[in-house]
Amino acid sequence: MKPVVSVRDLTVSFHGERTVHAVNGVSLEVRQGEVLGLLGESGSGKSVTMRALMRLLPRKRTRIAGSIEVDGRDVLAMKDDELSAMRGKVVSMIFQEPALALDPVYTIGAQIAESVVRHEGKSMAEGRERALEMLERVRIPSPKRRLDAYPHEMSGGMRQRAMIALALACKPKILLADEPTTALDATVQIQILLLLRELQAEMGMSVIFVTHDLGVAVEICDRVSVMYAGKVAETGTLANLVRDPRHPYAQGLLSSTVLGARRGERLTTIPGAPPSLSQPPQACSFEPRCRFAVASCAIQRPPEVDLGERRMARCIFAEKTASEKIASLQPTPA
Amino acid sequence: MLESTKDMGGPRQSLLSIKGLRKHFPVGGGLFGKKQVVRAVDDIDFEVAKGETLGIVGESGCGKSTTARLLMHLIAPDAGTIVYDGEPVGPSLSLRELRRRMQMVFQDSYASLNPRLTIEDSIAFGPRVHGEPNQDARALARDLLNRVGLKPETFANRYPHELSGGQRQRVNIARALALRPRIVLLDEAVSALDKSVEAQVLNLLIDLKRDFGLTYVFISHDLNVVRYISDRVLVMYLGEVVEIGPVDEMWANPRHPYTAALLASMPTLDPDARTQEAPLAGDPPNPIDPPAGCRFHTRCPFAEEICASTRPRLSTVDTAHAVSCLMYEPGSGHSRATGTRALQFEVVS
Repeated sequence: MKPVVSVRDLTVSFHGERTVHAVNGVSLEVRQGEVLGLLGESGSGKSVTMRALMRLLPRKRTRIAGSIEVDGRDVLAMKDDELSAMRGKVVSMIFQEPALALDPVYTIGAQIAESVVRHEGKSMAEGRERALEMLERVRIPSPKRRLDAYPHEMSGGMRQRAMIALALACKPKILLADEPTTALDATVQIQILLLLRELQAEMGMSVIFVTHDLGVAVEICDRVSVMYAGKVAETGTLANLVRDPRHPYAQGLLSSTVLGARRGERLTTIPGAPPSLSQPPQACSFEPRCRFAVASCAIQRPPEVDLGERRMARCIFAEKTASEKIASLQPTPA
Repeated sequence: MLESTKDMGGPRQSLLSIKGLRKHFPVGGGLFGKKQVVRAVDDIDFEVAKGETLGIVGESGCGKSTTARLLMHLIAPDAGTIVYDGEPVGPSLSLRELRRRMQMVFQDSYASLNPRLTIEDSIAFGPRVHGEPNQDARALARDLLNRVGLKPETFANRYPHELSGGQRQRVNIARALALRPRIVLLDEAVSALDKSVEAQVLNLLIDLKRDFGLTYVFISHDLNVVRYISDRVLVMYLGEVVEIGPVDEMWANPRHPYTAALLASMPTLDPDARTQEAPLAGDPPNPIDPPAGCRFHTRCPFAEEICASTRPRLSTVDTAHAVSCLMYEPGSGHSRATGTRALQFEVVS
């Protein structure tokens, strides 16, 4: 099956007052109808990867290398008019802050209609009809009235629904979701996650869902790529990652969660902090924080170890499970 | 070195006792606009026991941060009394003295530090103001840096912008401890940190609590973290306390329908047990014009006519467990008001 999104060895660096190597060789693949989660902490390069997919990064200061293929077309070779034809039609994006993503001076109805007119050559009246249909679909109460509402007149959860309606108005093949539920309250977050899950299944879209929250990833993703310091540390199915993580960072992330930890007991933590990305990494970026590191980890880049079934971990010990790794640290009894 | 204040009323007396605390913020009201108020905190009562960690949870706009600021008197309450270990704040306990005994750590680690002061100066500032000689204040700052896991020789002379978010939050915690308070209010103190750093800071908080004999009020929107660190939990909804009780009991047996819904809204970690239905529909109502009667009745699956007109009282259902819901007030007129036993909620977690 040919992937809908295929990213190969993507590197993104920003140059200006200081240089940041934000993405250092990311490869991703998303198939039709698949939800891929990008899980990582701030600065791990997940949002930059998403913006590169849409070519939303500031051109002057950004250097991009590698290849990005979306729906069979080379995104890095696209001209401006091809890009704007793609955005919203083939690939749409939703963000953490709908208040910033929506235009404050146009009504919700007008913004959705504009996108339909622009991409499908429909009339404004037809556009408004689609807008109403979309607002109903994302279950905004009294949708007719809301067509003429401005973004500031809506609550946070409602604005997020409106942004989803706008993003999906032209039935894109791919939805990029950049932490769309992070700013929402718990009872609203789960509503939006379930809505996205339902719309994804209905429309058969492919989704890349960026999150730092493992619980959110579990609710929505089929497969997950864990990112660290601008690289994919591990990729696999959600179940594989949660039950049998192979990269020491993924293992640490899962064991440092407060969920299931007993009150008053210390949490297992990953010591230290992520590296500064002012230099491109020459060795394993996780080595300074890794309890399993050996001498070679500090010298050469770890290989992408293929574990079968589209599963990969970038670590020389990827074949070993978490408990096998810990066992190998104990001196063997004579 | 500053001494921690002596215990007054013995271990059974609450460290903090809050009664009828209220804060309404006026909004709008310009030349033609209608005067309105945000009922941020509306007549709440609670106690904080010595040595415990009280978690406060609720969604944005429920008044949890306002409550913390009222406790510190960073904003003046409209009504209500705060009693610190037997001494009412105001008449017998000055604000200056209160803020020595009670300190606060905020979510934004950068905004909480003066960018022009070195880390050491930031920590030593409070003790100097309280009359500590310069040399002693500096020694104390360096000692505290050690206690929060930052090497003084590396960090003492740095400025806030040279530190990572996790390191800055450690500095804020050290500064909060510089006046040897007995209670620390942590307002979303770990919420902005990445998960791996969050775990480190939570461990630090647990160690410091033991070493300094502290009491915490821990405010967070993250229910998993609150469950992990708290002894008791207070749940707020639109400026009111809806439930307060021991954390394990509340998680196993949430009494208030809102608590049950909040717990059921937490994403699962089991790929085979994904949430199938959202426990609540819609957003929390605007605190400017909260619903009459029980404020939760507009979203409550058990709401009846009576709930729209009668305000429930916070009443004890079990030792140390109180809930504000007409279903637990016998004779309230709600058809399920049979007594104090827990209702059966379907909690998916």
